[in-house]
Amino acid sequence: MIQTLDQIFVLLKHWLLNFLPAAWQPAVGVVLSVVCIIGVFPALFAFTTVLERKGIGRIQNRLGPNRVGPFGILQPIADGIKSLTKEDIVPLKADAAVHFLAPIVLVVAVFMGFAVLPMGRNMVLVDMDAGLLFYFAMGASTEVSVFMAGWSSRNKYSLLGAMRAVAQMISYEVALLLSSVVVVMMSGSLSLVKIVAAQNQYSWGLPHWYIFTPWGFAGALMFGIAATAETNRSPFDLPEGESELVAGYFTEYSGFKFALFFLGEYVAMFSIAGLGATLFLGGWSAPLAALQFIPSWMWFFGKLMVAMCVFIWMRGTLPRLRQDQLMNFAWKFVLPMCLLNLFVAGLWRFMGDGLLRWVICSAILILAYVGMGWGEMKRKHLGPRTYRYAE
Amino acid sequence: MGIAFYLVSVLTVAGGLAAVLLKNTVHCALAVTTAFAGLALLFLQLDAQFAGFAQILVYIGAVAILVVFAILLTRGSETPKGGVFSKTWLAGLAVAAAIFAVLGWAVLQVAGSLPQQNAAPAVTVNQIGEALMGRYVLPLEIIALLLTAALIGAVIVAMHEKEGD
Repeated sequence: MIQTLDQIFVLLKHWLLNFLPAAWQPAVGVVLSVVCIIGVFPALFAFTTVLERKGIGRIQNRLGPNRVGPFGILQPIADGIKSLTKEDIVPLKADAAVHFLAPIVLVVAVFMGFAVLPMGRNMVLVDMDAGLLFYFAMGASTEVSVFMAGWSSRNKYSLLGAMRAVAQMISYEVALLLSSVVVVMMSGSLSLVKIVAAQNQYSWGLPHWYIFTPWGFAGALMFGIAATAETNRSPFDLPEGESELVAGYFTEYSGFKFALFFLGEYVAMFSIAGLGATLFLGGWSAPLAALQFIPSWMWFFGKLMVAMCVFIWMRGTLPRLRQDQLMNFAWKFVLPMCLLNLFVAGLWRFMGDGLLRWVICSAILILAYVGMGWGEMKRKHLGPRTYRYAE
Repeated sequence: MGIAFYLVSVLTVAGGLAAVLLKNTVHCALAVTTAFAGLALLFLQLDAQFAGFAQILVYIGAVAILVVFAILLTRGSETPKGGVFSKTWLAGLAVAAAIFAVLGWAVLQVAGSLPQQNAAPAVTVNQIGEALMGRYVLPLEIIALLLTAALIGAVIVAMHEKEGD
């Protein structure tokens, strides 16, 4: 029974395929999986928009959407109908072809990333030998679409937003890649299926997730920071800072093309949260050996939703950074920490088992973190905050 | 050679031609990106996953972006009045044809002397990594040194001059 529930989607797919002649089965099987991915994530996106608007509303001491359906949960349907029926306005001077292609390139590149994410036991579309590399290659292609959108609109706000977005994405992509390299060093594979398999072991009922090691914890933190910046989420949402740039690179998009950008942004968040869960949180494996009876895909999507809630929480809590703060943070803090983490991971690998490596590796990382923070505070003459008028 | 090969080839060649023939510089940059993507697909068709993904990551994710940044930061994407084509295009064509002929000749010469393999060799990323860290570690280190020097140079060029000095 547990087995059946765990493999229910795989079994369902095989059952459906059995109705077809054998020659068609591989091709139709791939199409079925792709249709599932393209169906499930927009549905999750619709749910997350309500969750986000409700959650941010609560954080900001208001109700959030509450008119459409009970508690406003039908809001995404209303939004969808609105964006489908809205007039699609293209500026007169815009470069029509590039303007049209930009949202399509974005959505296609974003959805491609899901091809290599294992969403449950035996639930991966393509188990590539170089899966992680494929994922990052697709992530890099989204930058082109952002540039296309900003440039083709013939609008200064759009262009500025695109330049900011691309500069930010390039800077944080370095950190994203370097923070993932530690996982590859430890598991010895670029295949995401093998990375999950390496973490899906238990000792004393506790899992071997990479986040429960010093280098894994530091790597997960750096990965989280870089992922937030890569998806242009608050506090790194300068490319669409509404007080400065209207809406950034998609200022001149309306109707369904705007909806595509919106979708692309959220699906990119799902995808990068899924990658983070796969790399550091054991993918579809259960957090305790005793909880393995719950199907693996539930754990994957559960971790995904927890990550989304953290994204929403951060958006409601943190103020937006300034451009120079953003760049300094990327190149002077995140990047050195990632490089140090590579060194620590190597040390961990060659020190052998025992308590000593825990102490030394943690000490190096904590000292570096505290030292860098302290040095930066000294350099900027930052200290305890003093209030001139409100004492 | 299936139909996929011809489709990808047409895409790549069309991208390359468009990059040369289009008038707007940003369009040219985007066309060259298409050609890069086509090349990556060709690598993937040959089962060279690492080369294919590295092609996308480096050429589309970095080189194409660098190109559009350079265009935007220098003189804008407006087409100059006199057109973008050089007056000496005929000489350029001759040089390009000559280089293509030499390369083609070299490839054809070598093709005969290589051992005939029926099955494509299966090279995993793991093997590439071991080769890079083992046999080819010296070239790798030299490239790393070169890139570090370039990075430091870029930072020095971009660094603010201290005011008052």
